Amino acid sequence: MPKLVKTKVENEGRVTEEFTWVETPKTTVWDVEEELRVVGKPIARVDGVERATGAAKYTTDIQLPRMVHGKFLRSPHPHARIVSIDASEAEQMPGVRAVLHAFNLASNRFSSTRDFFQNPVRFVGDEVAAVFADSDNLARAALKTIRVEYELLPYVLDAESAAQENAPQVTPNGNLLDGKPSTYTRGDIEKGFAQADVIVEGVFTTNAQIHSSLETHACAVDWDGKMLTVWESTQDVEGIKDRVARHLKLDKTRVRVIASYIGGAFGAKFGAGKYTLLAAQTAYQLKRPVRFVLDRRGEQIAAGQRSPTKQYLKLGAKKDGTLTALEMTHYTNVGAYATWSPFVEGPARELYACPNLQTTGYTVFTHSFPFAAFRAPGFVEGTFALESMMDELAHKLQMDPLELRMKNYSSVHPESGKPFTSNGLLDAFQEGARAIDWETKKRRKQEDGIVRRGVGMASQIWYGAGAPPAYAMIRVNHDASATVLTASQDLGTGTKTILCQIAAEELGLPFERIGVEIADTQMGPFAGASGGSMTAASVGPAVREAAADAREQLRHIAATFLKKRVKDVRIENGIAKARGVEKPLAEIFRELDNLQVVGHGSRYPNPSAYEIRTFGAQFVEVAVDVETGEIRVERVVASHDSGRILNPLTVSSQVEGGVLQGIGFALLEGRVVDASGVALNANLEAYHVPTIADAPKIETHMIDRADVLANNLGVKGVGEPPIIPTAAAIANAIYDAIGVRFYDAPITRDKVLDALERMEIGA
Amino acid sequence: MTRIVKSDERVAVELTVNGERERVYIEPTRFLAEVLRHDLALTGLKVSCGMANCGACTVLVDGMPVYSCITLALDCEGRSITTIEGLSQGNDLHPVQRAFIEHDAFQCGFCTSGQILSMTALLEKNPTPDEGELRHNMSGNLCRCGAYVKILQAGMSLSGAERGE
Repeated sequence: MPKLVKTKVENEGRVTEEFTWVETPKTTVWDVEEELRVVGKPIARVDGVERATGAAKYTTDIQLPRMVHGKFLRSPHPHARIVSIDASEAEQMPGVRAVLHAFNLASNRFSSTRDFFQNPVRFVGDEVAAVFADSDNLARAALKTIRVEYELLPYVLDAESAAQENAPQVTPNGNLLDGKPSTYTRGDIEKGFAQADVIVEGVFTTNAQIHSSLETHACAVDWDGKMLTVWESTQDVEGIKDRVARHLKLDKTRVRVIASYIGGAFGAKFGAGKYTLLAAQTAYQLKRPVRFVLDRRGEQIAAGQRSPTKQYLKLGAKKDGTLTALEMTHYTNVGAYATWSPFVEGPARELYACPNLQTTGYTVFTHSFPFAAFRAPGFVEGTFALESMMDELAHKLQMDPLELRMKNYSSVHPESGKPFTSNGLLDAFQEGARAIDWETKKRRKQEDGIVRRGVGMASQIWYGAGAPPAYAMIRVNHDASATVLTASQDLGTGTKTILCQIAAEELGLPFERIGVEIADTQMGPFAGASGGSMTAASVGPAVREAAADAREQLRHIAATFLKKRVKDVRIENGIAKARGVEKPLAEIFRELDNLQVVGHGSRYPNPSAYEIRTFGAQFVEVAVDVETGEIRVERVVASHDSGRILNPLTVSSQVEGGVLQGIGFALLEGRVVDASGVALNANLEAYHVPTIADAPKIETHMIDRADVLANNLGVKGVGEPPIIPTAAAIANAIYDAIGVRFYDAPITRDKVLDALERMEIGA
Repeated sequence: MTRIVKSDERVAVELTVNGERERVYIEPTRFLAEVLRHDLALTGLKVSCGMANCGACTVLVDGMPVYSCITLALDCEGRSITTIEGLSQGNDLHPVQRAFIEHDAFQCGFCTSGQILSMTALLEKNPTPDEGELRHNMSGNLCRCGAYVKILQAGMSLSGAERGE
């Protein structure tokens, strides 16, 4: 009998409790050596044709008759009280259907920390008014006629300044999240440093990294009087459904959310935006479809970012490299409205077996740009600092940086002391070092030409366990093809493809006979948000359970047809077989006419006696031109342990994408803000995301070994790990090339030239 | 041919889109991207930056890749426009489309129509690009997911240079 279970769910290090409905598992984990037919094969995406022919419909492609278009007016000031708004001219323009602002909105509350239209506004880009009009151009023209009178207030843009006592107040509760820094201690930090033979210290900064999804945040809403349909470019259709229903006081069953194709998300597309709820209420009131698409500037300033950090690090070690103490303090600038903090201290706390450790995290409110999760939030920033510092320590100890890391490897989780379900870090070290030829390259003498090459490495720890609740159904169709149904999302990671592979494997059907319907709350059962490297390990096991359920039904049906006992019937490649007789399932189904088989499955809880983590290491070769300051990443070897690999083709794509965003974070991407809090590069011209010209050779070396304790597939997540170690590995390779350590990301050409000039290297 | 029109009056413009003659009545200030997407419902091209930085709006005008988000539709009068919808012949995909699918040269897919059209235009002009030429010619098309390694693989698989031609 199924049981109702309350279980702990971890997502990116944040733990919540969720109810889930647990059935007796119908599957056991595929063993490490298990010969699989479809799973683990480099199969091209099931929706490749749609993506390559323009047939894929994204949210921004939705066009409906009588559609109304929404646009925001944004604050030009970082902190200002709105004295008055005169929107009379806009309201009288023909074709303008609604003008909303703080003084006319019936209910202005957007979330626990912010209003739809804040007064006072708290960053350059805060929403001041919204116009809904018959065309995008008309809405834009109407915005220009709105007159706003502001009373300017003192502001603070920088986190460390905002954390000082006399800083301008950002929120009524002060400038620190939770009113105080978050602290963590283990062992005795002072004793640890006293035991150290060598101590290194560094101050690191990381700039903002902006998601810059090519599809901006967007929704389209249609209300037919009974059902409110929301198309949204989102990582969480169910979350949007809940939020919109609550906002409009509609029953959840009357809201349908669809996210068939999502043009990039990277963490910024969780939950309903202000634009979503305002579009929904306007569609509801006007009884007309409403489309609200953030423009590029809005996307770059108001839709979230990886927050800038300043990190103080101090490491102590014995002569043999054993870490004795680690102290870390960070100031993270989350803007004015954050409700949680990126876990910047995560890598320091979890990566190494350091017995004495103290971290202090200041999550600081400022009149700057809002924080949103961005692919491995906190860990990208924290690993840049920690793994650069480890490299410096290795050099000070005259130790091989790789050896230093192996020396401090933790075979159990350093905080809880629990064993890991699996830990492939040492394998990743070995595989990566072999592939890049670390032994030879690290001994290479520093070059003295114009272009100087170097090699560096860094490690990574991250979550990615997956968790309940996630449910799936398998519908076996009249022609013995099957369809996977679940309300998950495919962010471009290949979710649809791996779910089809899992279903094909378990059902015994050819891969081509499996279809999938996801990202529609009306179609599939609940599957949770796609983020935190959770999807494969959350939804995948439920799909396998559902497929096993359907397969058992198919075997019973086939047994009747073949006149054999059920236990002797197996299904292979779409054919039911039993001791000398066989019959294609399609033929059986043809005779049965309208027979319908539906299998269902759910994700059961994770084992509580273990910690589940992903691990990896990257090895990077760079070339530094000491005349121009140009840094070229020439080659990246990425070796990661994410358990069993379901599809090496799409996994290598995710690894390459993570590495490229890591290169952007390390060398190119950063927000340029002037003294008045205005972003000067809120576009894709002056904000530099990597181009194809920046792409190095990237070699993916997955430690492809099933994590048999984690779940019935043996998988762990893979979306976030590859972005984590890239920046530190690059910084370490630059040090190897020119002997200069950079503490500030991105390491742009001007910084390189300044350093070279100081060192009197180059021209 | 120079035409003088008022900015707020609609004018008839004849475009050849994917081989079909289309007549649209539009304000002369409207951009090709919007006319193709909105008036002709060809939504395969995307508008992402709106200022010719990202290449998601790439279409071919007389075989040349252009940023349709900053190209006036009026300027395309009488010219031949190819969008991603016109690249395949019925169900037969264009070789560049096939190569993108086989090599997994996309993730979210939002930039893909632009990438494919840019590569198609390059290969028409130069059937044997080397990797450097691919990088140079494709660098006007951003991919935030970072499918570049696979885009290069797709391109090299189609290049006669790779096949030794």
